[in-house]
Amino acid sequence: MSLVTSTTSELLGQLASRSVSAVEVTQSYLDAIQRRDGQVGALLSVTADSALAQAAEVDRRRAAGEAVGALAGLPIVLKDNICTQGIKTTCASKMLKDFVPPYDAHVATRLKQADAILLGKANLDEFAMGSSSENSALGKTVNPWSFEHAAGGSSGGSAAAVSAGFAPLALGSDTGGSIRQPASFCGVVGLKPTYGRVSRFGLVAYASSLDQIGPFARDVSGAALLLDAISGHDRRDSTSVDAPPTLTAATVEQPLSGLRVGIAREHFVAGLDPEVEAAVRRAVEVYKSLGATIVDISLPHSKYAIAVYYLIACSEASSNLARYDGVHYGHRATEFSNLVEMYKASRSEGFGDEVKRRIMLGAYALSAGYYDAYYLKALKVRRLIRQDFDAAFQNVDVIASPVNPTPAFKLGEMTADPLKMYLADIYTISANLAGLPGISIPAGMSASGLPIGLQLLAAPFEEEKLLRAARMFEREHGPAPMSWKSGV
Amino acid sequence: MLTTQDVLKVAELGRLKLDDEEVAKFAGQLGGILDYVAVLDEVDVSNVAPMAHVADVANVFREDVVVASLPRAASLSNAPKTDGKFFLVPQILEHA
Repeated sequence: MSLVTSTTSELLGQLASRSVSAVEVTQSYLDAIQRRDGQVGALLSVTADSALAQAAEVDRRRAAGEAVGALAGLPIVLKDNICTQGIKTTCASKMLKDFVPPYDAHVATRLKQADAILLGKANLDEFAMGSSSENSALGKTVNPWSFEHAAGGSSGGSAAAVSAGFAPLALGSDTGGSIRQPASFCGVVGLKPTYGRVSRFGLVAYASSLDQIGPFARDVSGAALLLDAISGHDRRDSTSVDAPPTLTAATVEQPLSGLRVGIAREHFVAGLDPEVEAAVRRAVEVYKSLGATIVDISLPHSKYAIAVYYLIACSEASSNLARYDGVHYGHRATEFSNLVEMYKASRSEGFGDEVKRRIMLGAYALSAGYYDAYYLKALKVRRLIRQDFDAAFQNVDVIASPVNPTPAFKLGEMTADPLKMYLADIYTISANLAGLPGISIPAGMSASGLPIGLQLLAAPFEEEKLLRAARMFEREHGPAPMSWKSGV
Repeated sequence: MLTTQDVLKVAELGRLKLDDEEVAKFAGQLGGILDYVAVLDEVDVSNVAPMAHVADVANVFREDVVVASLPRAASLSNAPKTDGKFFLVPQILEHA
């Protein structure tokens, strides 16, 4: 088995026994990027020189018997909305195309401490707004399984990179499904942690009450290992929960006895692709065969989740993106007559259409005369959605569902109709509104050869249970297949 | 459907400049989204408190002590226009 098809734990084992060096591992992935990323377009920048230098240092320390971090020698790519000191962080926007952060995001610092090797920055929908990675001003990412299909979004570059063997690990961010949906489209594991589990310090803000950073990996244990490395309290994010880092990797191989799997009747309705439904139902049968109890549940307010999400997320975005004024950083127009015109010209030139739509929708929902009817109403229904989950988790440990109503759609298929794209977020969005952890794991392939994901949700701070439940299925189903074999 | 006036108003609030074609396009798209979110009208929220945040965290305070912050050069390093000490903006006051 070649290095770029190995799972995280296989690589760690080989690195620890020094049967392979961090430089060799890093070089293998850089070679794969060199060979294939021209077609896939997963990465916006590749930091080959610093990656090899960092890998050589890990090898030196290991050879000298010095202590190394939990991810020592493992390559990783970060979604390009996560700040990396001295390395461009563009948010796939013209607005930030030359932005070089003067500091590291908390997760970037933690990865350095863990001795992970940063290989580069991954493409996304501009400012993480979108579900296909087509709303990138700086690059086009395609699905490694089929170049005519979308990789999903907004963390499409991160998902495609892991799927294509450009890195064994990646970080994305998930505001309404932006880790789980591309993970399902690309056939990899993607985890959105509980809101507050991972510090958002240095994550470029989109919708602050919903945004959460999380891992991509080829298998569940890789996601567990990466979650453990990035989670834990950080005083620089006052919504980061005052709890120690998770220790999920230690228990992920232990099956849960007496597992109760919830199935929500609202999740199996018109619009759900039959192949996706069949894959989820097969997964439920697997849990049954493992001794789990299947429990019918109801989430009566789930049909309102998309409306609630787009009102809240856009309202927060309109406020968060007010900072792009052409003064402190980012694009500044050259033609304007006064200060306010400078703001307007800079923002109009710097932002793409989807960003403009969300800023305007948010401004509308927050404006005088509409605030109560839209924003405040959405906040109230948000509570009802959370209460549905609180009630459900009295009786179940995890909720199993589709991730997306369909496998990956074709590039260009959704771009003309923003609302149609929004509606496909139905299965993922509620977890953000309720602050729950959720995972997408590979659960099959469509007849046309596209991956299908299974989503599991758990109660807040139950990542350990979530990952163990996910691993139970993965052990039966097999790990994520590679979108192509290495050595090609 | 939003009116041209509505779109121009929210564009102004968002400090965005739109041409006529964009105004027409966004009027249709934003109108469609607002028609969709009207689904919330059917939910009774009369006894529901708004939930701005999932985490039940109160204000988080820190000790009022001086700590190191970004050096000036780093703070200015991405500025579109700077004299090395300040962020430079167009003149905002006329001379009397």
